Amino acid sequence: MEAKTWKNPVIAWIDDRLPVFSMMQAELVDYPTPKNLNYWWNFGSLAGIVLVIMIATGIMLAMQYTAHVDYAFESVERIMRDVNYGWLLRYLHTNGGSMFFIVVYIHFFRGMYYGSYRAPRELLWIIGVFILLAMMATSFMGYVLPWGQMSFWGATVITNLFSAIPLVGEAIVTWLWGGFSVDNPTLNRFFALHYLLPFIIFALVFVHLWALHVKKSNNPLGIDVKGPQDTLPFTPYYTIKDTFGLGVFMIVYLAFVFFAPDFFGEPDNYIKANPMQTPPHIVPEWYFLPYYAILRAITFDIWFVSAKLIGVILMFASILILLFLPWLDRSPVRSAKFRPIYKQLFWVFFADCIILGVVGGNAPEGAWVPIGQAATFYYFAHFLIIIPLLGKFEKTRTPPTSISAAVTHGGIGTKVKEAAE
Amino acid sequence: MANTVSTSPEHSGEGETRRDFLLIATSTVGVIGTALAVWPFIDSMNPAADTLALATTGVDISAIEDGQRITVVWRGKPVFIDHRTAAVIEAAESVPMEDLPDPEPDSARAEKPEWLVVVGVCTHLGCIPLGQKPSDPRGEFGGWFCPCHGSHYDTSGRIRKGPAPANLPVPPYEFVDDSTISIG
Repeated sequence: MEAKTWKNPVIAWIDDRLPVFSMMQAELVDYPTPKNLNYWWNFGSLAGIVLVIMIATGIMLAMQYTAHVDYAFESVERIMRDVNYGWLLRYLHTNGGSMFFIVVYIHFFRGMYYGSYRAPRELLWIIGVFILLAMMATSFMGYVLPWGQMSFWGATVITNLFSAIPLVGEAIVTWLWGGFSVDNPTLNRFFALHYLLPFIIFALVFVHLWALHVKKSNNPLGIDVKGPQDTLPFTPYYTIKDTFGLGVFMIVYLAFVFFAPDFFGEPDNYIKANPMQTPPHIVPEWYFLPYYAILRAITFDIWFVSAKLIGVILMFASILILLFLPWLDRSPVRSAKFRPIYKQLFWVFFADCIILGVVGGNAPEGAWVPIGQAATFYYFAHFLIIIPLLGKFEKTRTPPTSISAAVTHGGIGTKVKEAAE
Repeated sequence: MANTVSTSPEHSGEGETRRDFLLIATSTVGVIGTALAVWPFIDSMNPAADTLALATTGVDISAIEDGQRITVVWRGKPVFIDHRTAAVIEAAESVPMEDLPDPEPDSARAEKPEWLVVVGVCTHLGCIPLGQKPSDPRGEFGGWFCPCHGSHYDTSGRIRKGPAPANLPVPPYEFVDDSTISIG
């Protein structure tokens, strides 16, 4: 790419010394983007925008919030009742958390459907998994801050997961709490970390984008870009497409904020934390329900390993297994479009995640226990059995030779041979 | 030229086009919308309802002796209440306007001449002037003296000498009854 000369002398002066304008021109305007991206490719930029909204609302909320067990709950109520637009900022923040997970989960499923995790984008994918882990830690600690009943007991249950670690478990939990139960030291450190982690996520997002811009976007066909005829400049084509998608997203997001602000919340969290009484039914936020179901699925010891420890290991493994996905999948093509069996099993896997979520939201009794166990088994089977086997035995269809060939010669993959000759 | 951008059919190459209009109109709506969305963030830093609710202070003045000064807190700031003697009132009222950097008659500053109520924050850079305690220096004009940069206020709280640009402000207040005033 040839260096651009800037007409404005101030911009030219700065750009000569720090090529920030050239970089923006190259990465945000000229950036060659596959011309066939569909709307599922909107969710990356949406996630970035939600992150910015979360940081902006979060900073304003932090100016009004008091991280102390005696005042936290009241300070949140003060935000809701007394602070100018405090209700708006808080509902944007709480619903923004749910929106963030919806957007990021769609982003993940899109990557899994179209094979975006495959070489050469493995590291891009791995960074994404780390972003998800950081988001989970951030949202969990943020949920504790209002110091309601669910905050307190959620914090108690989740921190107690670490007590499953042999020998040092109890010591680790005490260290996490800074005491012998979830109390003021815990609340204080959670607030500090809840403020810190979004900036770490921001840095990870930057690295994620950097890696993206090195190997460029995947696309619905899952084939490589062959030349400039396969791409469009990011601006205006994808800036305007992303902006349109943002408009649609904001309608959904703000509909919740203004008309159903507590839709994703738990009524019990409007009761102040009481360390002497556990609510009858503890559920995490909806975005943790599948992992929660996996945690509870194991009800039996295996040899000398306790059910508790296995549940905790499987819960963490359910996310960490994503790190290995690029190497578990050996299929010759990336996109599910050309994988007739994977295309269907992808939706079975999606349904399995939904089932796990439903199981996680119900009390672990009756039929929910075996359903949860079966769904947990299938979850891991998808990664460890189905995907490797499909890579070996699935009869894939032949993708078109290039993105533009698919568009200009009608019928994906049908007239590829002609085009090649 | 498959990789170049084709322009819209109605683009003539000269003058304004429908596309220019759409671009400007959309950008304008976007900018205004963003500006409106920013307002709640800014306004959340303004005083909240509970802060404003504390903005009125009731003071019982029945126990203040003739010539005694007391300090009360209003909106986190000191308010000086001076129960002025007849001689002090006379002195404050007789000052010619041309001697004042910030001309204001005493009658405009005290609802009842025997009660002067002023915000005790120097109009220079916000220090609290001395003069509330009998042992304090009261400056050359018998009112208040700011130790930070040497501003002298008279018995009506008006600036007379020093760097301060204006008189000590009179807060909004009213006499609820003979022995109580409500500030704010």
